[in-house]
Amino acid sequence: MDLARTEVKRRSTARGSAARLGLMAVPVAFFAVFFAYPVAAIVARGLKADGVWRFGRIADVLAQSDIRHVLWFTTWQALASTALTLLIALPGAYVFARFDFPGKQFLRAVVTVPFVLPTVVVGTAFLALVGRGGLLDELWGLRLDTTVWAILLAHVFFNYAVVVRTVGGLWSQLDPRQEEAARMLGASRLTAWRTVTLPALGPAVAAAALMVFLFTFTSFGVVQILGGPTFSTLEVEIYRQTSQVFDLSTAAVLTMIQFVAVAAVLAVHAWTVRRRETALRLVDAARTARRPRGAGQWALLAGVLVTVAGLVLLPLAVLVQRSLGASGFGYYRALTRADGGTFLVPPIEAIGNSLQYALAATAIAVVIGALAATALTRRDAGRFVRGFDALLMLPLGVSAVTVGFGFLIALDEPPLDLRSTWILVPLAQALVGVPFVVRTMLPVLRAVDARLREAASVLGASPWRVWREVDLPMVRRALLVAAGFAFAVSLGEFGATVFIARPDSPTLPVAVARLLGRPGDMNYGQAMALSTILMLVCAVALVVLERLRTDRSGEF
Amino acid sequence: MSITKKVSVLALGLGMVGTLAACGSSDGGQGSGDSRTVTLVSHDSWAASKDVIAAFEKSSGYKVRVLEDGDAGQAVNKAILTKDDPQGDVFFGVDNTLLSRALDNGIFQPYEAKGSDLILPEYRAGQDEHRVTPVDTGDVCVNYDKAYFSERGLTPPDSLDDLVEPRYKDLLVTENAASSSPGLGFLLGTAAKYGDGGRGWQDYWKKLKANGVKVVDSWEQAYNEEFSGSSGGKKAKGDRPLVVSYASSPPAEVIYADPQPATAPTGVAQGTCFRQIEYAGLLDNAANPEGGKALLDFLIGKEFQDDMPLNMFVYPVREGARIPEAFRKFGPQAEDPQTMDPAKIADNRDQWVKSWTSLVLK
Repeated sequence: MDLARTEVKRRSTARGSAARLGLMAVPVAFFAVFFAYPVAAIVARGLKADGVWRFGRIADVLAQSDIRHVLWFTTWQALASTALTLLIALPGAYVFARFDFPGKQFLRAVVTVPFVLPTVVVGTAFLALVGRGGLLDELWGLRLDTTVWAILLAHVFFNYAVVVRTVGGLWSQLDPRQEEAARMLGASRLTAWRTVTLPALGPAVAAAALMVFLFTFTSFGVVQILGGPTFSTLEVEIYRQTSQVFDLSTAAVLTMIQFVAVAAVLAVHAWTVRRRETALRLVDAARTARRPRGAGQWALLAGVLVTVAGLVLLPLAVLVQRSLGASGFGYYRALTRADGGTFLVPPIEAIGNSLQYALAATAIAVVIGALAATALTRRDAGRFVRGFDALLMLPLGVSAVTVGFGFLIALDEPPLDLRSTWILVPLAQALVGVPFVVRTMLPVLRAVDARLREAASVLGASPWRVWREVDLPMVRRALLVAAGFAFAVSLGEFGATVFIARPDSPTLPVAVARLLGRPGDMNYGQAMALSTILMLVCAVALVVLERLRTDRSGEF
Repeated sequence: MSITKKVSVLALGLGMVGTLAACGSSDGGQGSGDSRTVTLVSHDSWAASKDVIAAFEKSSGYKVRVLEDGDAGQAVNKAILTKDDPQGDVFFGVDNTLLSRALDNGIFQPYEAKGSDLILPEYRAGQDEHRVTPVDTGDVCVNYDKAYFSERGLTPPDSLDDLVEPRYKDLLVTENAASSSPGLGFLLGTAAKYGDGGRGWQDYWKKLKANGVKVVDSWEQAYNEEFSGSSGGKKAKGDRPLVVSYASSPPAEVIYADPQPATAPTGVAQGTCFRQIEYAGLLDNAANPEGGKALLDFLIGKEFQDDMPLNMFVYPVREGARIPEAFRKFGPQAEDPQTMDPAKIADNRDQWVKSWTSLVLK
């Protein structure tokens, strides 16, 4: 019996690694063709002259004082944004994790909306809030649009949900009885928290901080709109060097610097994620949250709600208010007309384009992401495979401008002559969707008891059958959530799309950016109206996801 | 067993991408090889009357497709990056400040458009080999808010020298020379006037900076947000009465106003102007070179040249082309604008922009 079982196991291991390679092949091919190759092509264009690599350019570029200034600003604003986001969002994470209050699910969805909104829209909302003639200007004569504060606040607005979801998600599953036990043994409230809860949360806080750092380090639209000509991040500088100065070699060097920085951040992130997955006593989230008790807790809840209202809801509300304007729904009606001159088609068609692109992108991201996640969960996954986990995240941190230009010059020849086809846009969007699919599915897949799979194998089921009968029913919901997130992220993708979207079929974010670039009241109003529509679509998608997500606790 | 599964999973994944790509190309492949369509690549300031385009389509038999590709600089850069397999047949919208970049990278093929001999001689400089054809021209000039100066009994500035005078302190807004075409034009104007070196343009800009010049990224922002004289700027409560814009901006303030005022609310400081010329050319490796040639002929033909000023707010380059009344009244071309040889611009532009950036922005 034992012998037979070992034999089955050995055979299934051999079969397993073949299957794993098979599963990995598609995502690897996808990333090689649609990420590594275009990025390498544009970097090579900048760094190779007459067939010779000119790595000496790296030292030249780094020797320039304005480039060093950009590096310095990029780093410190990312550190400051991360610190500020943690400071403001950690109380929120606690409140969302531990307290029960009416509208909590809805609010958790709403604070996630900024994260999936395109940066042009966020930048514009903040400009309407803190810029000249903005709300703060009208009320108190306060303007922040030429200061770094506008950038930092917009970054908090963007990333609030990252902390609330990453830290709060774990926090809600920590057993509060452990802390209570420590207090019973005589520890003060603070000591109990410091010695019990904090160490358990540490890796999650670190992971959230690293993600926020990654997103703010590579910030593009926010800095470009709110920073004016004086503030510039690496990503903005890559855009300027590529798109305006046309110094491709400087852009290539900067792309490589950003690449190295992002890879380092991701490596540390992967390490903290693995630490987080070490055994913690987790309980059902529904059991840990309760109504606030005492003045202190009510004050904390109120404080968090006020912060959310001021920091997240207010900019969104300003957007809606600007979209209504003096003429009621006039801006919305104008969206249906083609005679505005900005586009060849009525701006409203951008909604249809965006939905089509996002659906295609979601389909691609789900197939690629699910295959990758399945390969990554196999318990025999080695170091190489784990490294692949971090690699899948790279598109989130590599300049979208680089990817966009890379697509333009790399994918223009048979058999990959995709440049004049519409599939180019969904492919670029899927690149940023895949990491979210993998991240959503991985924890769920890993939580599936391996013994179930083994039992099925022993009973003679093929790997495909094991996946279909054991994994799929358990991950179906996670798959839906992942698809929803990929969809929302694809809808909002701007950086790469703006370079490859065809002028006669713009996506929503591209249409917004183009309307904003045109003078005149009507164009501005239409941009606000389109932004509002985009925001509503994202919000609806996220509220639906929130419903799916909370039901999960009952299933597992 | 597992092998077949592996293969089928692979086939599923790749098949999907393949299918999507296939249905993409079936409805997205226009512009390549379709000889009835001619594609014009331009920046997003392109505009033309529908009936003028329709007349061309009827007489030539070609259908015109327009790709507006970002701002002027971005459009040129994209055209360079895709020169082996261009996105269209004709590129319109490279001006004298960027012309060398386009020519050095060889994005155009020579073609002498029919009617080139009717282009006014002053716009024909540097046209060896006919790789590009001048299409329109305009002057980058400082505009002033008439009301601001008359209310204060102040004389508006008239020359570059005036702008560094203490009485005009904190009044001027201009564009980033690295990212905006009028911003670059203004920088080149100062370089043409004061030269490079000694007490050259750098010295002038130091004074301008000390006198409180404000720099923003784009023309839209400078003109429609910061400038107190434009209709957009008034709405946005702009507080700078001097802006770097175009000689044709004052007539635009009249034509686009409802009701139209008897005179323009803004004026042009005649001694601050720099002349820009915009060119079009037949793209190398164009899929439809014959259509492209016809389109180039059309761009300097009388009908288009007459139609253009009120669409793009520029001046025609063709002899005897109609200049709108409002242009003559409110936005005459500068008598003696600063100009610069494209070769000199080519040699210095990038270095100047670099030193300008560290001098003015940092």
